[in-house]
Amino acid sequence: MADLSTNFAGIRCPNPFWLASGPPTNSGEQVMRAFDAGWGGAVWKTIGEPIVNTSSRYASVDWNGHRMMGFSNIELISDRPIETNLREIAEVKKRYPKHAVIASLMVESKREAWHEIVKRAEDAGSDGLELNFGCPHGMSERGMGSAVGQVPDYTCMITEWAKEAARTPVLVKLTPNVTDIRVVARAAKRGGADGLSAINTINSITGIDLDTFTPRPNVGGLSAHGGYCGPAVKPIALHLVQQIAADAEVGIPISGIGGVATWREAAEFMLLGCTSVQVCTAAMHYGYRIVEDMIDGLSNWMDEKEFATVEDFRGLTLAKITEWKNLDLNYRILARINREKCIGCDLCYIACWDGAHQCIHLDGHAKPAEVEAASRARIAVTPIAKLDAPGETSGGTPTARVPRVDEAECVGCNLCWLVCPVPGCITMERVDTELPRESWEERTAAGGR
Amino acid sequence: MNATALPIPENLERFPELHRALDAQAAIAEANRCLFCFDAPCTAACPTHIEVPRFIKKIATGNLRGAAKTILDANVLGLSCSRVCPVDVLCEGTCVMSRYNKKPVEIGRLQRYAMDHYYAGGARISEARARGSGRVACIGGGPASLACAAELRRNGYAVTVFDNRPLPGGLNTYGVAEYKLRPSDSLREIEMIRGMGVEFRQAAVGAEISLEEMEREFDFIFAGVGLGAIERLGIPGEDLGGVIDALRFIARYKTSGDLAVGRRVIVIGGGNTAIDAANAARRLGAEEVHVFYRRGELEMPAFDSEYDHSKVEGVRFHWLAQPVEIVGRDGRAVAVKFAMTRLGEPDATGRRWPEAIAGSEFEQPCEMVIPALGQSRVTEILRSRGIELKGGLIVVERASGRTSNPKYYAGGDCVNGGREVVDAVADGKRAARAIIASMKPEAMRG
Repeated sequence: MADLSTNFAGIRCPNPFWLASGPPTNSGEQVMRAFDAGWGGAVWKTIGEPIVNTSSRYASVDWNGHRMMGFSNIELISDRPIETNLREIAEVKKRYPKHAVIASLMVESKREAWHEIVKRAEDAGSDGLELNFGCPHGMSERGMGSAVGQVPDYTCMITEWAKEAARTPVLVKLTPNVTDIRVVARAAKRGGADGLSAINTINSITGIDLDTFTPRPNVGGLSAHGGYCGPAVKPIALHLVQQIAADAEVGIPISGIGGVATWREAAEFMLLGCTSVQVCTAAMHYGYRIVEDMIDGLSNWMDEKEFATVEDFRGLTLAKITEWKNLDLNYRILARINREKCIGCDLCYIACWDGAHQCIHLDGHAKPAEVEAASRARIAVTPIAKLDAPGETSGGTPTARVPRVDEAECVGCNLCWLVCPVPGCITMERVDTELPRESWEERTAAGGR
Repeated sequence: MNATALPIPENLERFPELHRALDAQAAIAEANRCLFCFDAPCTAACPTHIEVPRFIKKIATGNLRGAAKTILDANVLGLSCSRVCPVDVLCEGTCVMSRYNKKPVEIGRLQRYAMDHYYAGGARISEARARGSGRVACIGGGPASLACAAELRRNGYAVTVFDNRPLPGGLNTYGVAEYKLRPSDSLREIEMIRGMGVEFRQAAVGAEISLEEMEREFDFIFAGVGLGAIERLGIPGEDLGGVIDALRFIARYKTSGDLAVGRRVIVIGGGNTAIDAANAARRLGAEEVHVFYRRGELEMPAFDSEYDHSKVEGVRFHWLAQPVEIVGRDGRAVAVKFAMTRLGEPDATGRRWPEAIAGSEFEQPCEMVIPALGQSRVTEILRSRGIELKGGLIVVERASGRTSNPKYYAGGDCVNGGREVVDAVADGKRAARAIIASMKPEAMRG
């Protein structure tokens, strides 16, 4: 079995799966149950001067009958006294010495306040600190959270203050609500950060109730923008993580956050260079138990790929992301439809006609409207079993419904392959253009376009 | 008969619905399974060409009013069809899902979901699309006539439906098994169509009003007269007490609560009506229900789904046996004498004809006998108006429903010999469109 043990800037834990700072890490009792379930670490719900929350606080985007594809919250940091949180951290650390407890911190932007909270958190036994410069709602109106993380100078300054007092590794949690996340990441590095957590939630208005015209979550008829997370944000998070992971000036460990729900997303974040990943929405949706398959799945995948440790694959994909100008313009693929597997939904046909390049055809018809008109004009009757000859209802896909790709016209865009509901039915296949590799940069340098 | 007395209360208990309605969450989940095929096979397979993926997507988006309108635009009897259609040989039978080992989308139940919502919300109808001038009579109040009438009325034409029974709806009201469609649901559809402005008149055409009179009063006449009574067996004992044909049996249990079936019931025939009657006899308390069919299991014309359901109901099937006599005592049937058969060579219709085997007779005791052979023809009256008939069925041009007399159109069972509600609706709709085209040819050409 693969070795999942993780060392994040000196913070050691049995696996790279951490619970992100949030409701699942609100109390010692919860964190201990999470460790029992298998989580390798927990970033404590942000500790600071206790706040008062609203009711309600969460909203979600459901998609095609699936709940919580996207999730948003307007909850603030911990509403419990600082001393309670610290006492419970001490208790957790005493009982779970091998698991990582990272204290997420947020206090007003004063040097003394930061010195004090850092010392107290470390005295309680935290293995590391995460500076919450990312929370985009509520706290930012009070000059904290993303109000800090959106200004590189503040990020650098407060990181420095924390580092002045800290003996354990300091992580800075970055907000995605900036134009260029690398600028803030570099500022954190300049301030002395030992690691980064990315990303915090994305500014969002989740949706609007079409009966009351009130946005969600509804707080007495009003709402405020929230922080968006969950499966929907993963591609954005991966991109931002890649931006900082590939940046030569940053160069410190990253804890990846944003839409991690299974071992698959975890592997993706780690392939882009993350040392650990953090999970919140999925644990809120299904409970701590999801970590079992995260551990099991990642371990099995690593065995299959012959990776002995997480360091063996961490960052492997970074070299495969480049700028557009470096892509090979002579690389050609085109769509092939496997007639045996085609179920005749003809989604590829209409997608190509309306959304792409009009190079998938149904034989005998020139345009989509003609296909439909022919079907509508046909007289259909209920087949009476055993009296009528068997019609198209039996057997495989009627030949007339299997589309054909005009290979000379196909641009290899992937759209048909993406819409096809049947695995392996449409394949994108390499065509040898017999031309050497040539990027746009090379071509324009040579005088082409 | 008082329409508000239906369904009779006992039937609600004895005939719980065969397919339960979907709740809102299940409907959305099911709707989201639909792939939204282009030129969807389900739409092509539906005789009325309901735009199935379109209405299903509307359910998924919460646009239930739009979903109902999409269904009703294609099929004004969307409610009854959602309950009675043999979906596994129609829309659901062609669902592409089954080609990759997934359950077909439950189109019938989704349609019912949209229809139930529509009727629960008061069945709001839209105004006629156009003002046509012309008067059309529809003879018969069954699905074909109702569809024809609704389509004409939507286009602004004046339509009167003539039916000789106390309640319109034809087999939808009187002949469909109670666990599939309640008479009250059929009547809701009639009320909706009446609300569109279609006039309903109870009158026996030929007796109370002649075809000549109708021709003077109306520009076109649509014959949706259906079929007649169940054919007689032509064997001794047919008029004994305890012998009741399947359609009369079904109409009787649906509209009155006084039908006693006895302990043992014999049903004779192998079609869907035979099965409906057999299932009903079980639900009405018969301990043993035996269906006898003169051909084999493979030749039985009933849908597989009906046959499967019937076996679950506890009905017993007997093959290759044809009745030779109903045995009576004191004026009541006490047994049926059958002869075993063997199947000969295929005849002109391609079906193998059963031949009785000499000396194979046996008696099956019973308290009730329900013959369920094919239905007789009631089209003879039309011959006098120069309408061509063949084998008692009206000969029409397939695409328009036009008969050999250009003033007459026809559709439904009296043309196709007895198929499904949805086939009758499709016939009626096509005829209406052809009638409209002939009344204003210029408009239809554009």
